[in-house]
Formats: sequence, C-alpha cells, structure tokens
Amino acid sequence: MADSGNSFSPARRRFLADTARTVGGVTLLGMGVGLFARQAQSLPAYALRPPGALTGGDFLAACIRCGLCVRDCPFDTLRLATPGEGVATGSPYFVAREVPCEMCDDIPCVKACPTGALDHALTDINEARMGLAVLVDQENCLNYLGLRCDVCYRVCPLIEKAITLEAQHNPRTGKHALFIPVVHSDACTGCGKCERACVLEEAAIKVFPLELAKGELGHHYRLGWEEKRKAGGSLVTPDEEHRYNLPEGVRYEHEGRGLIEEGEEGDTPFPANPLETLNRRRDNP
Amino acid sequence: MSSEFKIPGREAARELGWFRAHRWLLARRVTQLSVLLLFLLGPWYGLWIVKGNLSSSLTLEVLPLTDPFVLLQTLFAGHVAEMTAITGALIVVAFYLLVGGRVFCAWVCPVNLVTDGAAWLRYRLKIKGSPRFSRSTRYWLLVMVMAVALATGSVAWELLNPVSVLHRGIIFGMGMGWLLILGIFLYDLLVAKHGWCGHLCPQGAFYALIGKLSWLRVSAARREKCDDCMDCFLVCPEPQVIKPALKGAPRGIGPVIAMSECTNCGRCIDVCTKDVFQFTIYRPLQAKHRTSKQMEVTP
Repeated sequence: MADSGNSFSPARRRFLADTARTVGGVTLLGMGVGLFARQAQSLPAYALRPPGALTGGDFLAACIRCGLCVRDCPFDTLRLATPGEGVATGSPYFVAREVPCEMCDDIPCVKACPTGALDHALTDINEARMGLAVLVDQENCLNYLGLRCDVCYRVCPLIEKAITLEAQHNPRTGKHALFIPVVHSDACTGCGKCERACVLEEAAIKVFPLELAKGELGHHYRLGWEEKRKAGGSLVTPDEEHRYNLPEGVRYEHEGRGLIEEGEEGDTPFPANPLETLNRRRDNP
Repeated sequence: MSSEFKIPGREAARELGWFRAHRWLLARRVTQLSVLLLFLLGPWYGLWIVKGNLSSSLTLEVLPLTDPFVLLQTLFAGHVAEMTAITGALIVVAFYLLVGGRVFCAWVCPVNLVTDGAAWLRYRLKIKGSPRFSRSTRYWLLVMVMAVALATGSVAWELLNPVSVLHRGIIFGMGMGWLLILGIFLYDLLVAKHGWCGHLCPQGAFYALIGKLSWLRVSAARREKCDDCMDCFLVCPEPQVIKPALKGAPRGIGPVIAMSECTNCGRCIDVCTKDVFQFTIYRPLQAKHRTSKQMEVTP
C-alpha cells in the first residue's frame, strides 16, 4: 500500500504522461476546430439563408444540417453547403441569381426545421428578412440610363412596397424622366426575385445579407421632424414671423412662392406655362 | 502463413459453412445499406419514405429522429431546440438503450463501411505497426467537441464530423468531403489500426456512453468451450472488450460483454467454431447489483 502512494512510481508516471499527452493533443485539435468554426461563421455575400433563419451566430448554433428545409422547399431553392464551399459545411443557403425564394405563404422550410434554427415564430412570409436588395450598379442599371426596364420592380412580390419607382429629371436629354428603382428596407424580404430577373449580364440589383446592405444611424442622432411629430408640436421656440420692408403692392411668402405682386393673375409672379408670361409682357409693356 | 496473419473466420467458414460464418456480417451490411437506401429513395426515385439525414430525419411525415450527439452540441452552443428535435433525440436514445449504444456504429453509421474496409485491407496487406494511444482518447475528444461548441457558440464539430459529412454528402452532395473520408480510410489503413472508430470518434464515444445502460449484449455464454484460436480477438474492432467476458471466469466475472465500447457487430459470433458467443438480454443496473452481492460472498 505504501508503494502505491509513491508519486514517483513508474506506472503512475506513465499514466500521467499519457494523460497529459492525450489532453495536450486533444486541446490542440480543439483549438484548431474552434478557429475553423470561427472562420466558417462568416457567410459569403452571395449566400442567403432561408426565411426565418436566426441572425448572427445563433443560426450556426442551432442548425443541425439535416436538410429537411431543403427537402420541403417546393422550388428547389435551398441547398446544403458541401465541404470546401465557403459556406459553413452542411448549412442551408440559396443563391438569389440562380433560384430565388418564391415566398410560399405556408413557409414549408420553416415548418420543416426540427430545431428552430429557422424561427417557427415566423408565420407571415412578408416578415422574413433573408437579406436586402440593393441597386449596386447605378452606372449600368437600365432605368438609371433612362430606359423603362422596370423588371425588378415588376417581379417584386411586394411591388410598390419593397421597390418603388421614383421619377427624377433626366439631365442627359433635358426633357425625359428617370424612373429610379428604390428599395425600401421596411418591406423588402430579400427573396431575390429582382436579382434573378435583372436583365443585365451581371445583375445591377443584388440581395445582400442585412448587415452588409444596411447602414446604421448614430444612436445619439435625433431627427428633428420625427421628434416634432412625436411631441405633437415644435420642441423649440417658433421663429418670429419675419417682416419685410417691401414696396406697396408687393408681398412676400416665405414658404415657397416668394415675391408676389398684388393683383397679379392668380397671385403668382410667373404662371406655370412660361408662354403666358412672355405673351403678357408683350401685351402690356 | 504465420499464425499472426491467419484470416479470422476462415476456419469457421470451412467447418460451419460460409453463410454461417458471415451471417451477422451480412445482416449488418444489409442493414447499413438499407438505411442508406431508405434515405436515397427520395432523392433518387422520388419515394419520400425518409427525408433528411442521420443528423435529423422525418420518416413517413410523422416520425422525427434526431441524432442526440448533434443535438447536444446545439445545446452546448447555446440553443434550446424545438420539441420536434428533442422528441426525435429521445426516441433515438430509447432505441439504443434497448439494442446497445454502439449499434449505431456497427449497424447504421456509413463510416463503418469505410473503416471496416480499411481494417480488412490492412490485415490482408499485412500492414504492421500502429501508434499506441489510448482507446479512451475518444472520450477526451467528446469533451473537446462540447467545449468547442460552448466556446464558439456554434456546432463546430459538425463542420468536420466524418459521420455527418459522409452521410449528408451521399444524400445531398459530397463536394470536397471525399477528401476527409479518404483521409479517414488512409489513416486507418496506414497509420493506426482501428484508428478512427476504435480510438478517436467522439460520436462513437457518445453512443458508448448510452451503451453503458443498454440491454442487448453479446455474451460468451459457452466460454468453457473456448479453444483459444484467437479468431474473435483478431476480427473484433474493440478486442479489449472480449477478454474480461471470455477469460474472466476464474476471477468471477460474468460471461456478458459489459464494456460499452462493444459495437454488437456480432463478428465474434460469426467466426467462433465453438459457438461460444451469442446475443443476450442484460440489465446493467440489476447486473451490477448482483455482481456486488457475489463479491460479498466470495472471500
């Protein structure tokens, strides 16, 4: 008994050395796996997660890579990443330019997920945020060039909500309008139909993961007009009304119309039709 | 041929017939391939009996099955899964509590086909020499897998786990995953005998832990008939489990193979000409109780 308590017994030494070697090797391997996992957490910009995917690192904590979402997708949109692909091995994703999400009303992929990596709280597909469409190439977008392509706008499942066309002056021709597709992040689900449909060789509008696509206002910023609306009135002392020293028969309206000659037709200095002004000047010199 | 390289089971095949000497091996291969085929019927022929893969699946749209080892990683990574996955994992645990934890390894896991192939070839190519490292390394690796999940907040091991990479790969597309599987094959063939499944695989270690309480076991029921031909030791992927049961009679150890690293592959039953081994039902908790009573009685 006395001998077995001896801390220098060869058997004990060998046991300790073997254990230390095993633990050392396993720890080293563990750190390697950990580093690899950290790298694998980053997602390439072209890869979009299915609807309802938990955000940040939470998705890769919850997804067991079973592929049931892939199987229940009626449009074969989703696929599982294979090793060496740049997306975390076995995790589901889709590439909008190849097959976009068709935004099924019953969201079968979310229902199929056994772990909740696709959040079962998502029941309205319009609330999904798979990414955000961004019109990345304003130089080649046909609408920016002054053409009426409008394809991204037309295919958008949330037309007039997620993508609107904003008319702007076309400075190149001087007389036409540009219909600029504008994406609204409060409605865009990131389904990718716009990117899929873009007629260019390489899409001018692309869906990016939200954290890439969106800016963020400084948290100390307050938008004056929002604050005013919330407070129900101006939060600062209103300006005193400015008094102008104007000749008789002339007054000045600060908000828009400017100098007004009294008694003038329609109370505007210049009618909408410039020809009328020209004719008037000629008639009454 | 030196006795060290005698082919285990050859004698049994000669004495009892080829089929009798390979029946459990055949049953096992049929099971392994059937499980794989069930998963492949969907993607290949559109017959969706089973959807998903071994990590989680849905059979006939009602029965969820989830790998408890993978689910435990998600828990360590900080995610509490939906009930579907938890139910699936409980069903799987209950099943392996009945039939033996490492029945997964020998009868279901697709990597077994790879490492059995490597072991078969290694033996026939007479490749000797293997680094001596403890078979309990796998339990350390199991701890490591859970620790990394905890530290990174992701199911990190599933990026590399050859079991999931192979099974998922066969069903959903392999990509560069073949390299990993080739690596396992070459490691088992050239570096370490039974290196992966027998020493390292943390998933096997997890199932061995379940197996500590499982019922179906191999027993050296007629161990007194053993003629020391060594075929069972040569053919067994975990030969250390046989010795206490087969040779432990003088020390009062029962004939049931109690060590949970046993995969219930049944190859020892196949190759034994003396018909020493058989499957048996064993209740680990009661058995331990009985053993301790015996200990009290023996001086």
